[in-house]
Amino acid sequence: MSDIFVLIEHRQEEIRDISFELLAAGRKLAEKYNSKLTAVTLGYHTEKIVEKIKDQAHRILNFDNEIFKEFNAETYQIALSDLIQKENPFLFLTGHTSFGMDLCPALATQLKIPYTTDCLDIEISDKNLKVIRQMFDGKLNAKVSLRENQSYILTVRAGSFPATESNLDAEISNMDPPISEPPDYRKFIEYIEAVAGDVDITKSDVVVGIGRGIKEQENLAMIEEFADSLGGVVACSRPIVDADWLPKDRQIGSSGKVIKPKLYIAIGISGAFQHVAGMKSAETIVAINKDANAPIFNEADYGIVDDLFKVVPVLKEKILEIK
Amino acid sequence: MDILVCIKRVPQTAEAEVKIDASGKDIEKDRLTFDMNESDTYALEEAVLMKEKFGGNITVISLGEKDTEDTLRIALAKGADTAIRIKAEDFSDIDAFQTSQILQTVIKNLNYDIIFTGCISTDDAYSQIGVTLAELLDIPHATLVVNFDVKENRADVQRELEGGLIEHLDVSLPALFTIQTGINEPRYASLIAIRRAAKKEIQVIGKDELQPNEFLGNSILEELFVPPISKQVEILSGTAGESAGKLAGIFKEKGLI
Repeated sequence: MSDIFVLIEHRQEEIRDISFELLAAGRKLAEKYNSKLTAVTLGYHTEKIVEKIKDQAHRILNFDNEIFKEFNAETYQIALSDLIQKENPFLFLTGHTSFGMDLCPALATQLKIPYTTDCLDIEISDKNLKVIRQMFDGKLNAKVSLRENQSYILTVRAGSFPATESNLDAEISNMDPPISEPPDYRKFIEYIEAVAGDVDITKSDVVVGIGRGIKEQENLAMIEEFADSLGGVVACSRPIVDADWLPKDRQIGSSGKVIKPKLYIAIGISGAFQHVAGMKSAETIVAINKDANAPIFNEADYGIVDDLFKVVPVLKEKILEIK
Repeated sequence: MDILVCIKRVPQTAEAEVKIDASGKDIEKDRLTFDMNESDTYALEEAVLMKEKFGGNITVISLGEKDTEDTLRIALAKGADTAIRIKAEDFSDIDAFQTSQILQTVIKNLNYDIIFTGCISTDDAYSQIGVTLAELLDIPHATLVVNFDVKENRADVQRELEGGLIEHLDVSLPALFTIQTGINEPRYASLIAIRRAAKKEIQVIGKDELQPNEFLGNSILEELFVPPISKQVEILSGTAGESAGKLAGIFKEKGLI
């Protein structure tokens, strides 16, 4: 079998966690199917990045050029389509991230390579590639088989494969980019950092998260009182920020904050994977939701399947009694 | 400015119970409500805001069955000028890649400066149709857009990255943008607008009118199944008072209060 390729995702000099997860997944697959793992790095002054993954792959193809200084799907596509045509990897993996989502569908379409997105697991049998992915607000899994081909491109969900230690010693090849100037049709201008608000939800031992189930903005007051009874802060899932009921810095999830409190209570949150990515490391997780099949119960230590408007006020009273 | 918006009618499953149907490849839909996909409502609103600012026309386009026309009419009531339905009933078992190709076959004959799509559909959740469509049309794209404007015929775009970081970009037009939820405040259609939209004609395009009309798929959905339980949750049963009492006891025991 030809090589398994992993595209290394990095930003502001930091390698993203997803890259180490993909490298571990790639090594596991390479070992199982008697293949080799190649890491592909694109960037500017990539020495440190290459050094950090040197023990994680059999080979590193390193594009070190100013045109790759910041991620740009269009610039990356030009370099990677050229590379994939020359190298014909069996699998090309990226994260299902803001980076992979922006790049892979166009890259694969250009190369006429079958692809799919947001994979949780990958099975290979007899050149036949199957993946597991989620549908319907994360409530069901789907097994999807891809059209038989020599190469495949997949984006993989963060957290699907654990990062592991490795002691390989990659052979490093420095690559020349096929272009010398970035395309004019898409230009990176700058990064804009999130503005810090009055409350830092990552610093609190107790976090109460609310989601769609809260229904109306006015119900926030009840949640604030409940959080006060525990000495905690109120945070939320994406729909609450979309509706402007809470500021962006209260959002827990992949595009918001990652929290690791002693106690996290998810109220009326179904548990989309983007949200789970931000709270799964909490020491104790409690979910209160009326839908017994909500994915959040898959992450929780304790669950109450009931109407939050009945449970939360009583729970507050009980806590104040015990305290 | 001519703007195309690709929309999809989807079952609303965020807060509903979801059951696998007899085929094992789809869900039971008779008890679910259907509406415009969430991020598509933001894509449509962004188009209406651009039209209010710069003038021009909005065309909404959807690959869907007959009832998709209800969703297209809502889009007309919210400010779209033209609606096109491509007959999904003419195709069977198509994947996201085929959907992109079908959309491209229709869109290549239309005029546009901007194409907006939602960044993800809540049913299939592939997040790939917009970017694939851009590549098939050979135009640039940017995904997960949370801020959008047009200056001197180029788009001034902010994309949402992980951890709340924003990427500020400059993209030439025509181009395609996938819109993230929260970028704007989608409006409600007024009753008068809904009544007016009910009388508008929706252009319906069948498979026979497409050139080409055979499309290669990338993937086949083999089966749906309930996700395996990764962590055993302890459900605290009883009345609201009983379960709340048990939970408060656990908090006490763990030294959390």
